[in-house]
Amino acid sequence: MTATAETRPEVGTARLRKEDAHLITGRSRFTDNMVLPGMLHLAMVRSPFAHARITAIDVSAAKASPGVFAVLTGADVAGEQGSLPNAWPITPDQKAPAHPAIAVDEVAFAGEVVAVVIARSVAAARDAVELVDVDYEELPVVMDLEEAATDKVLAHTSLESNKSATWVFDSGEAGTGTAIADALANSDVVVERTLYQQRLIPAFMEPRSIVVDPTGQQITMWSATQIPHILRLMLALTLGIPESKLRVVAPDVGGGFGGKLQVTPEEVITLLAARRMGKPVKYTETRSESLQAGHHGRAQVQRLKIGATKDGTVTGLHVDLLADMGAYLGLVTSGVPILGAFMYNSIYKFPSYHFECHNIFTNKAWTDAYRGAGRPEATFAIERMMDELAVELNMDPLELREKNWIKHDEFPFATVAGLEYDTGNYEAATAKAVELFGYEELRAEQKRRRDAKEKVQLGIGVSTFTEMCGLAPSRVLGSLSYGAGGWEHAQVRVLPTGNVEVVTGSSAHGQGHETAWSQLVADRLGVPFENVEVLHGDTQVSQRGLDTYGSRSLSVGGMAVLAAADKVIEKAKVIAAHLMEASEDDLEFTNGSFTVKGTDQSTALGEIALAVFAAHNLPDGVEPNLDSEATFDPVNFSFPHGTHLAAMEVDTETGEVNVLKYVCVDDVGVVVNPMLVEGQVHGGLAQGIAQALYEEAVYDDAGTLVTGSFVDYLVPSAPDLPHYITDRTETRATSNQLGAKGVGEAGTIASTPAIVNGILDAVRHLGVKDIKMPCTPSRVWHALQEAETTGGVQ
Amino acid sequence: MIPSAFDYAAPATVEEALGLLSKAAADGNDVKVLAGGQSLIPVMKLRMADPSLVVDLGRIGGLSGVTDNGNSLVIGAMTPHHVMATDPLVAQHLPLLQQAAATVADPQVRHRGTFGGALVHADPAGDMPAPVLATGATFVLAGPGGERRVDAADFFQGYFTTAVEEGEILTSIEVPKYTGWGSHYEKFTRVAQQWSIVAVAALVRVEGGGIAEARIGLTNMASTPLRATGVEAALAGAPLTVEAITAACSHAGEGTEPASDLNGDAGYRKHLAQVLATRAVLAAVGL
Repeated sequence: MTATAETRPEVGTARLRKEDAHLITGRSRFTDNMVLPGMLHLAMVRSPFAHARITAIDVSAAKASPGVFAVLTGADVAGEQGSLPNAWPITPDQKAPAHPAIAVDEVAFAGEVVAVVIARSVAAARDAVELVDVDYEELPVVMDLEEAATDKVLAHTSLESNKSATWVFDSGEAGTGTAIADALANSDVVVERTLYQQRLIPAFMEPRSIVVDPTGQQITMWSATQIPHILRLMLALTLGIPESKLRVVAPDVGGGFGGKLQVTPEEVITLLAARRMGKPVKYTETRSESLQAGHHGRAQVQRLKIGATKDGTVTGLHVDLLADMGAYLGLVTSGVPILGAFMYNSIYKFPSYHFECHNIFTNKAWTDAYRGAGRPEATFAIERMMDELAVELNMDPLELREKNWIKHDEFPFATVAGLEYDTGNYEAATAKAVELFGYEELRAEQKRRRDAKEKVQLGIGVSTFTEMCGLAPSRVLGSLSYGAGGWEHAQVRVLPTGNVEVVTGSSAHGQGHETAWSQLVADRLGVPFENVEVLHGDTQVSQRGLDTYGSRSLSVGGMAVLAAADKVIEKAKVIAAHLMEASEDDLEFTNGSFTVKGTDQSTALGEIALAVFAAHNLPDGVEPNLDSEATFDPVNFSFPHGTHLAAMEVDTETGEVNVLKYVCVDDVGVVVNPMLVEGQVHGGLAQGIAQALYEEAVYDDAGTLVTGSFVDYLVPSAPDLPHYITDRTETRATSNQLGAKGVGEAGTIASTPAIVNGILDAVRHLGVKDIKMPCTPSRVWHALQEAETTGGVQ
Repeated sequence: MIPSAFDYAAPATVEEALGLLSKAAADGNDVKVLAGGQSLIPVMKLRMADPSLVVDLGRIGGLSGVTDNGNSLVIGAMTPHHVMATDPLVAQHLPLLQQAAATVADPQVRHRGTFGGALVHADPAGDMPAPVLATGATFVLAGPGGERRVDAADFFQGYFTTAVEEGEILTSIEVPKYTGWGSHYEKFTRVAQQWSIVAVAALVRVEGGGIAEARIGLTNMASTPLRATGVEAALAGAPLTVEAITAACSHAGEGTEPASDLNGDAGYRKHLAQVLATRAVLAAVGL
């Protein structure tokens, strides 16, 4: 029925990306490229204060400014702007402040919109922003997460506490393991640490941009978003516009990393402005606005306890989190730490686990999904703790991990966090990584440098990881109170010319869907790669979908594409049998043609498509056209894993660190396009290393974002990153027919702890026990100084 | 981002430019001189500067290029960093400036940004001021009263503040040749495209197996570039040994007042100055 392995040359081929030609030559269609007749432009007036009451706004001078059509304040749109959605109320009693797109009475972070100028040009709008006179009454600010948890200062005057919700998982209560108190009490050693996940900024390349055209039958929004479908639904719910009256288009989108998985104030404001003016309206944020007012990520304090017996068998893990929501709850803000809750146990099989998370408001930009969303935080914590435990037990960190990880013959494995891991082979990935790395040789070099007391010391960082991706089985999302399902939708249309259109609900923003989906369909339908056109990102073209995040596209969206292709083959077979006057049972489908077994009689898919289009001679009950659609809802998450090893040099004179060697062996299951996988791994590593070494969103005590430009928010570029040695093992996922797992977040999740563990391994003998991320030269040097003055040096 | 509205003038001669500056001053207008625009344009776009008139020097002939003037090189104020990093005369006689210019930002910035513009901008973290200070160069300013010459030691006066008065334009810099001297610019950053956290410029003359003379400039160790006079004094007459150089460079933090920021506090910067000075001098003398 479907193509066999021998006739599937596309899957597994490192095809160059179909998308690149138009992107590289500038024939791109980014939202900011859109120019519509009579289009007006917006500029936002943003609060300079992190917490203040708005006592008066005088817009008269701005309104009188040349080229200005209107200035809208929160009060002007209070009756229509609604409250921005939070789709993930993690507990029934979750608290959240109202979240107006334009603040009405109170601002709760610096950068919040207080008014919008609508003008003939961007320049006129921008000039008028300076003329809007806002009177603020400053209110006390709470910036520090741990301080916010004490409720001494409140981030919102409308709330009685900064606590939004507390979410608990306990293996004893859930029946997935034993009680944590007993487990820790019966351990030979218990290591207790507090780790800090600094606040990060997604820093996608294309700033957010929105064009809204209110003319015609529907309101059309073009937005640099990851989630056109979810955005359409949420705008409809927020603004009371019938969903059928909204069309959302995500044209070329230049990166997202979770940062464009949002329903933004700016999208709501642009829509309201366009509707009010009756003309198309555009808003494109500046980079400063993007850094200040786009959502941030991470920002957690992790209080951890891990227990073990003397021989290194882990007995249990206790996780107590403070998670910084920032000032508001965005689309999935509250759920991000929960995505991590299932991953603290990682690849290990210890019997007892307790997780609790306290979601706390502060006067900062709100946090939300950022590449990995909860899972990098969890992996960092457990991998750092495994290293701390190894030190405590005087064991090699790899040996300790091996002692505790799930063996390949123990799958499927029900974890203490309540998930079922379908497959994995941690032994194979680790063995390959150790060999590529030259683990023993580097350990010998490390010893040599230590013995010689060299100025540049060497450390080895280990990170073995797994993650849950392929979000997600809808029933699981339901059990976690998430507001939607996790299915994906696709259509396949064989055109009369034999070309194939694939419509996917999984909207790409840099991943290479057009290439990968073409490869999948080319194999399945036996048509040339070039003859497949992938359409996406427009709710009028792709009517159903749940978009792109959580490494879900291939293992969920790709499966929907394949299911739709199979339906096309099924229908074509009926027609082929009719045309060739053969029995369906006598037909076989190979290389795009149906052949009557044992004869040379065959008919190609293209011929069938033409016949079914003409519809002159169809079997009874068969409708014209060769189209199909399918929706795929996964039965389980997929669980990619891998072993990452980093050789880290630390210059003890300056505190500078250098990645001497980085090896990663990832197991992402079956690979459709090795080049796309390689690209995802490289980009992921860059962002994970950036968390370890470079990036941090820093606010001052008054609530101003200090890292408000790329001068201070250090995003590494190519010269700052090492040469990576990447390889793969391939253990098929059983949760989908393809055997694919997901690769979008792997590098980001695994690399951060590898780097930090490596730095600490280099200087631990000098008395350094921890260094907060990012491990800047200054922080490393101060840690060394402190260790020296406290007698850490042996 | 979009700057506030401003008038723009692109004079063809220095005289014409000076006339525009005088007139703007007389009219009470805020005027800015545009060289390569790599600092001015960003601050205007952020609306941290909103001049009513921008005078672009880009169309004035004769302000760019390096000429040999016997004991010195005369470097036009509009000479791009890229030229400084690749010019054979600079490489031969002032390799310190060549090395420093090659560390400025990225290739795009080095092609647009200018030597004179960076010096007049006088960012304490900028890479050109400290090496130029170390060379003891002379700044040639054109003004309403004619030409004025200012020693490097008097040129840098504070954060983004120099001896260039309102109505004046820096036209060239005369830099004494240091042909045959050892030199090195040691720059410390966290990422490749970053202002110096600290950098040290070293010019060292070796004679008879020892250090005869050294001139050391410090980047980002105060509101202006500094000479590390303590290090210079300690190096004069020092033997060519790692120990002696390290000991001499331990004076690098003396008299400095570095800022504290996300990249490090003042104490760390003072420590870095010592380490980087040692590395710069060792590299300059080939140890």
